[in-house]
Amino acid sequence: MTIVTDNTKPASITRREPARINWVKAAPWLYTLGLFLAWELLVIALDMPVTILPAPSRIFEAVVQYWSPLLKNSLQTLFTTTLGFGLAVVGGLAIGLFIGWSKTIYAGLYPLMIGFNAIPKVAVVPILVIWFGIGTIPAVITAFLISFFPIVVNVATGLATIEPETEDVLRALGARKIDIMLKVGIPRSMPYFFGSLKIAITLAFVGSVLSETVASNYGLGNMMSSAQSQFNVPLVFAGLLALAIEGIAMYALMAWIEKRMTGWAHRSTMAN
Amino acid sequence: MSHLVSIDDVDMRYGGAEGTLAVSQLTMRVAKGEFAAVVGPSGCGKSTLMKLVTGLHIPQAGTVIVAGQHVTKPVSIVGMAFQNPTLLPWRTTLENILLPLEIVEKHRHRLRANKKEYVAKAEHLLELVGLKGFGSKFPWQLSGGMQQRANLCRALIHEPELLMLDEPFGALDAFTREELWCVIRDLHAAQGVTIVLVTHDLREAAFLADKIFVMSARPGRILREHLVPFARPRDLEIMYHTEFNDLVQQLHGEIAQARVVA
Repeated sequence: MTIVTDNTKPASITRREPARINWVKAAPWLYTLGLFLAWELLVIALDMPVTILPAPSRIFEAVVQYWSPLLKNSLQTLFTTTLGFGLAVVGGLAIGLFIGWSKTIYAGLYPLMIGFNAIPKVAVVPILVIWFGIGTIPAVITAFLISFFPIVVNVATGLATIEPETEDVLRALGARKIDIMLKVGIPRSMPYFFGSLKIAITLAFVGSVLSETVASNYGLGNMMSSAQSQFNVPLVFAGLLALAIEGIAMYALMAWIEKRMTGWAHRSTMAN
Repeated sequence: MSHLVSIDDVDMRYGGAEGTLAVSQLTMRVAKGEFAAVVGPSGCGKSTLMKLVTGLHIPQAGTVIVAGQHVTKPVSIVGMAFQNPTLLPWRTTLENILLPLEIVEKHRHRLRANKKEYVAKAEHLLELVGLKGFGSKFPWQLSGGMQQRANLCRALIHEPELLMLDEPFGALDAFTREELWCVIRDLHAAQGVTIVLVTHDLREAAFLADKIFVMSARPGRILREHLVPFARPRDLEIMYHTEFNDLVQQLHGEIAQARVVA
């Protein structure tokens, strides 16, 4: 490639280069734009009243108009969500390791966990309000309760699926349970753990907004429910937009962390 | 010649008193420095034998003595290698090979201070199996045959007196398998380690072993013991000699019969 006698060819390649668009990279932006455009056109075509479905242009207007309460409440929701999620990471990792430690603990606690997870969290919020009053604390706890289950399940699965041969090789050398956990179990469950963070963070938003809607004076959930009671539908949608943006941002962060921490599990991309 | 492994009248039953009897009245001896192979019909308790000798299972009856000690718990003088190389994908090949040293009581406290010495030893082993310079690669960057070579290095790093191999070459293609036969033959010659090889491959057993044990169908016991007469060092060529093929045929016949009886 370096010693090319016919130098017109590389020149023509470099000339064509800037014109090429990376469609895969551009796709998320184009599709989002397309969604908003279609939405706008639909609202115009059906002549929708703004109290039923506001057009995106009207929603962006509301974003500009109410940017201060939007920002304040978004930060509040981001705070409660992240705090609840952080607790879920610590608690989920700890409980996951505990459950994965032995078959008996796994058998004993797993049905309890499933039963607990099956309880709708909206039914738990009133109890939390009795215990802690309304506001930040029930939102954090709801975010925690809803998001720690996938972390527990994934970590425990990672531990429970150690290859028996690996365990035999190490046990024959006199390895104790703690050695096997530290050398094999925990590193092995890390891809499962980081993978579960992506699911957990989106669930954490569900939990905190749910609690804010039912029992809080702050946060996007509360803002949206009071906007709704005033028929300020564009502001409700502006709140949804803010949630979507926060959700995507946090998901992207978790995906990035996953890739950084457990590159070995994405072997095909690393081998190239 | 003293016996490194003595198994006497061993019964091993899984799953309580009504469970399956995996081996029964099992008796065998392997001398120090010897290369023994165990062959038999499938499901004859060969893997149980592996676990009995390494102390992963304790028999209900009979005695297992390894290196003069009654086996009542895992014996760390043993190295093990299975058909599945089970290298840890988050460790480089070299770090994988050093793993047993982080476990074995004798080495785990010395490892940090004498890292250089141990790394040199691991690199020497890598060279012996023909993997020189691959220590920094991750296992998933190696081919199946190369992973199995690294697996052998891991089994040997803590200088075990006894190497237990459970069909280590079963998943490899014929040429790679023959290459690794030569690797294991040379390791045996160079390190003086005692080897017990459990295998389905009769030619493998005849080529590598000094002594071949034929096991019966479940519950497994030793039907016959063959001394392999071929002089060492053996060349792959001997597999085309009549005596070699006669031995393989005889083994084949005995196993076929053991299957019919069962």
